[in-house]
Amino acid sequence: MQVYLDNNATTMCDPQVVEVMQPFFTELYGNPSSLHKFGTATHPYLRKAIDQMYIALNASDDDDIIFTSCATESNNWVLKSVFNDLIVGGDKDHIITTEVEHPSVLSTCRWLEEQGVKVTYLPVNEEGIVEPHVVKSFITNKTALVSVMWASNETGMIFPIKEIGEICKSNGVLFHSDGVQAVGKIPVDLQDVHVDFVSMSAHKFHGPKGIGALYIKNSQALSPLLHGGEQMGHRRSGTLNVPYIVGMGKAIELATTNIEEKMASIRAKRDRLEDALLEMIPDTFVVGNRDNRTPNTILISIRGVEGEGMLWDLNNAQIGASTGSACASEDLEANTVMLAIGADNELAHTGIRLSLSRFTTDEEIDYTIEHFKKAVERLRAISSSFAKVQPTPGGEAGECHIPHHMAH
Amino acid sequence: MAKDDLLGASLWDAYSNKVTTLMNNPRYQGEITPEEAEAHGNKLIVADFGAESCGDAVRLYWEIDPKTDKIVNARFKSFGCGTAIASSDVMTELCIGKTVQEAVKITNIDVEKALRDDPDTPAVPPQKMHCSVMAYDVIKKAASLYLGVDEESFEDEIIVCECARVSLNTIKEVIKLNDLKTVEEITDYTKAGGFCKSCIKPGGHEDREWYLVDILEQTRKEMDEEKMKKAADAQATGDVPFEEMTLVQQIKAVDAIIDENVRQFLIMDGGDMEIIDIKKSDDYIDIYIRYLGACNGCASSATGTLYAIESTLKEKLSKKIRVLPI
Repeated sequence: MQVYLDNNATTMCDPQVVEVMQPFFTELYGNPSSLHKFGTATHPYLRKAIDQMYIALNASDDDDIIFTSCATESNNWVLKSVFNDLIVGGDKDHIITTEVEHPSVLSTCRWLEEQGVKVTYLPVNEEGIVEPHVVKSFITNKTALVSVMWASNETGMIFPIKEIGEICKSNGVLFHSDGVQAVGKIPVDLQDVHVDFVSMSAHKFHGPKGIGALYIKNSQALSPLLHGGEQMGHRRSGTLNVPYIVGMGKAIELATTNIEEKMASIRAKRDRLEDALLEMIPDTFVVGNRDNRTPNTILISIRGVEGEGMLWDLNNAQIGASTGSACASEDLEANTVMLAIGADNELAHTGIRLSLSRFTTDEEIDYTIEHFKKAVERLRAISSSFAKVQPTPGGEAGECHIPHHMAH
Repeated sequence: MAKDDLLGASLWDAYSNKVTTLMNNPRYQGEITPEEAEAHGNKLIVADFGAESCGDAVRLYWEIDPKTDKIVNARFKSFGCGTAIASSDVMTELCIGKTVQEAVKITNIDVEKALRDDPDTPAVPPQKMHCSVMAYDVIKKAASLYLGVDEESFEDEIIVCECARVSLNTIKEVIKLNDLKTVEEITDYTKAGGFCKSCIKPGGHEDREWYLVDILEQTRKEMDEEKMKKAADAQATGDVPFEEMTLVQQIKAVDAIIDENVRQFLIMDGGDMEIIDIKKSDDYIDIYIRYLGACNGCASSATGTLYAIESTLKEKLSKKIRVLPI
């Protein structure tokens, strides 16, 4: 058996999605911008995909949902265009975001800092979320934008977007949320919550890779990131990616129809897995109250077991998971999200993320519990943290003097 | 960056078969109890290095025959990634059968080489080289406990890059010999800074005492100072070509030649000369002089005497010299 539990990284494309995409490669391949019927024949399908997006997100017809290539593009678009429109072209000079955003937000913000923008990176609490009063306390009359993720890719924790949205609205500050881990996983109602911009990506909810979207409230001004043929109502240039737009529409429809039911089913499996691991393996803890988590995510810390070593053993057992462990990264730096949450650096070295999907089965959960336990037992047998014979006097290691992450 | 870099490296694919085999089945993981060591009449040394909060930790057990200082048995425990486990395993194996004094000579380079499948292919990707360093550190710790000496005493030179074990002296020497100007060049020549990158500049994986950026700056400064000093010394000993001398030096040099070879004859005839100025162009060095006393207005001063002065200076100092009386 092989078990894929890395659905916060990407998901399997739903076969139903692949099926609706098929005709647009070899049959209905016309360019939607063309006047002839080869092009216009795609329009009903595109219109349907757009409808599917608006319905799924409960967007108003006055809002825009613009298809992009991915959420990285959507995030770059908002940050760079707000910079262009309100900072270069206005009197603002400040952007607020969090320490735990995706690199497509953090790296862009660092680049904006080089351009002279003041950026505040808000800390998270021990649950891994930013508290609304913290956001409020940093807003000034020079603040152009607040950008806070809807849910965390690492912990699954859901941020208080509604409260932050109200704060931004009453202070007249634009509010962007990276909704990549929320859209398709939990209800996202854009008429209930005040958000100016929301980024999303299809491959996180069983759609294809290479297609994302940006929601823009009330079709408000935001200068384009890509200049060209002025597709998507002049907002985003580039030939419309017809099969992928159709696929994204289908994927979001499948993910959000009866979402409460789907969430309950995933949550039941997730909770069973989480309970079993915590119960069967001593010295473990999970980050974040699970009632406020996306229903598919577990971030578990296992004392005495280094993250990459654990991933290795899970991989040997055909289980795909993820870690924020420094050792598993190209630059040896521990995951900033896990460091931001704290837990004495331990989490940064021992945290394993398991993320389920609606395709995860009960058998897979059973199999995972069994092999997870085996892996922990093997690695703890090797681990110095669980050694019985203590060091010769004088042979103890000193305090950790390695500031793994102080640079950040 | 080029075609091969576009997809990024797959970390695990770069591990040697030996590394993956030992990650899955370490042979020397385990503990030695004080009772076991005592039963054999041996001494047990247990040393720790690193900490869980640092991301990796290793505990090394040595059972030592006190009569011969030989490590008769060894075991390890490791909190760390797979390469840390594999490195610890090979390190432990390398210790067995050696005396404590011999074991101290095992370096992380030896450990990494022992993990290779073939001698020319690294056992782990560059950023993982650092995992083997701890295996080396814990040996020093254990040996210092047994021998009752300071760990630092085993290191006879300052190691700047622990991953590649490159010393401060080596780095300085290579910078000087090859006139290196960038950290990238230092890495190309010595491998220092090519692995975990901590030693390149502050703010990396761990804090270091020495950083390549500082060593480079300091060494370049030393080189500049040496160059200036050398030039000054050369001038003092007359080894500097006349063309490269400063104006003051040139006037002094010309004066010295005149004093030695010319002036006495002028004085004998009741005359003298003085240097007015020296002007340099690409092709000539023009020395302006003025005759004094009897020389002033002497017919020979524009012909024979002038020729004698100019040819002497040309011979002794530079072929570019022209002497111009005013």
